[in-house]
Amino acid sequence: MSQTQYELNKGLAQMLKGGVIMDVTTPEQAKIAEAAGACAVMALERIPADIRAAGGVSRMSDPKMIKGIQEAVSIPVMAKCRIGHFVEAQILEAVEIDYIDESEVLSPADDIYHIDKRQFKVPFVCGARDLGEALRRINEGAAMIRTKGEPGTGDVVQAVRHMRKMNAEIRKIAALSEDELYEEAKQIQVPFDLISFVHDNGRLPVVNFAAGGVATPADAALMMQLGAEGVFVGSGIFKSGDPAKRAAAIVQAVTNYQDAKLIASLSEDLGEAMVGINPNEIKIIMEERGI
Amino acid sequence: MKIGILAVQGAFIEHEAQITSIAARSVDQIECIQIRQRKDLEDLDGIILPGGESTVQGKLLRDLDLFDDLQKLILQGLPTLATCAGLILLARTLENDPVKHLATLPVTVQRNAYGRQLGSFTVSSDVGDINDFPLVFIRAPYITSAGPETKILTTVDHHIVGVEYKNQIGLAFHPEMTRDTRIHEYFLRKVKSWCSCLQCTG
Repeated sequence: MSQTQYELNKGLAQMLKGGVIMDVTTPEQAKIAEAAGACAVMALERIPADIRAAGGVSRMSDPKMIKGIQEAVSIPVMAKCRIGHFVEAQILEAVEIDYIDESEVLSPADDIYHIDKRQFKVPFVCGARDLGEALRRINEGAAMIRTKGEPGTGDVVQAVRHMRKMNAEIRKIAALSEDELYEEAKQIQVPFDLISFVHDNGRLPVVNFAAGGVATPADAALMMQLGAEGVFVGSGIFKSGDPAKRAAAIVQAVTNYQDAKLIASLSEDLGEAMVGINPNEIKIIMEERGI
Repeated sequence: MKIGILAVQGAFIEHEAQITSIAARSVDQIECIQIRQRKDLEDLDGIILPGGESTVQGKLLRDLDLFDDLQKLILQGLPTLATCAGLILLARTLENDPVKHLATLPVTVQRNAYGRQLGSFTVSSDVGDINDFPLVFIRAPYITSAGPETKILTTVDHHIVGVEYKNQIGLAFHPEMTRDTRIHEYFLRKVKSWCSCLQCTG
């Protein structure tokens, strides 16, 4: 990937800011998401809650299904490939996906190496639990970062933990003196130039969204107030009672994330939220995949 | 001067950074505010409609009750700088699409005219009187036809990608994604002359 292409890819993530990216499994759901104000959709065969329930190996979606969703909407379409599965990524690039999510939600294909994302023209988003993970993914070529959270649980606690941790680490690095940065780069196992960028700018070099367990307008606004630049909602929408209404309410809550009065009215009569599961009730911990 | 930047969704911080950097070296007092609700539209001297997703922004303009007031302000002549999705919001018609938004700019716009993200590109071109401006196109639209009173600022491969009509500037590309502030400076000069014009007419 050329530097110009990387800038364009980071730029697309900047255009998504302040928006909500929604998981969809059919063209019909994609249309509902677009009409509700999604700034992009994530095309996948099963949403994380169902992947969790089904168990087994979870892979990239059928390209035909992805194409159906691309034809159904005018907003950007993203899709997931397995961690380290660069051929799934090549396939997604061949069908001209707008963004690839190298995702811990699917079963990892490589337990050591992530995809060398610099070899691709198409942009990648990756999950991270802390600053070290985020900068390692960026070093591999990711043009956007999201918190991992714990997908498919409807429980926002891990997304909160990851966002707080990342921002606390960024603040710490911003406060270090120049000569302390070399040691910090060694400690969190990332290149010096990326640490240096964080030190000078007080933020990641790419856009950072929240993901994992967001189920209500309040959850979305919480993540925005904690410093997320936008929100992914996976199982939270199409596992709820009234997907269109809940999706639209989450979109508005992300725009006006500091207006409690508005979020109060948006939170009324949304029907049933997805049934949540606690982290100590689940067998598969997805956030530990790919660090 | 008070510049409002539509902040319902998209790359509004980038525009704010451009305006702030100009303000830091300008003799004029320039203030920047983010517009998220109807009350934010008061006392503006200029408005910027940023890039992002036009479907989202168009929906939020309506849901948040901003649409009518914003349209009225632009029609009254409030200087407006619109980039990418912003251009789509201003367009009078969209190609092969019954949807329209503010419809204050007499042009027809083709959305996603260069295809998906793999079609995004950069190129350098003159924009009006500004020479060699870096044009950044991200899943960009272009203008397929423009009304007779519309001034064409720039074209790329025979497609119109920048126009000016009365106090509206509509661009298919992203000047806020560069370090070049000349287009924003041009816009602020328009705002300044609009302010002084309002003062002389009382």
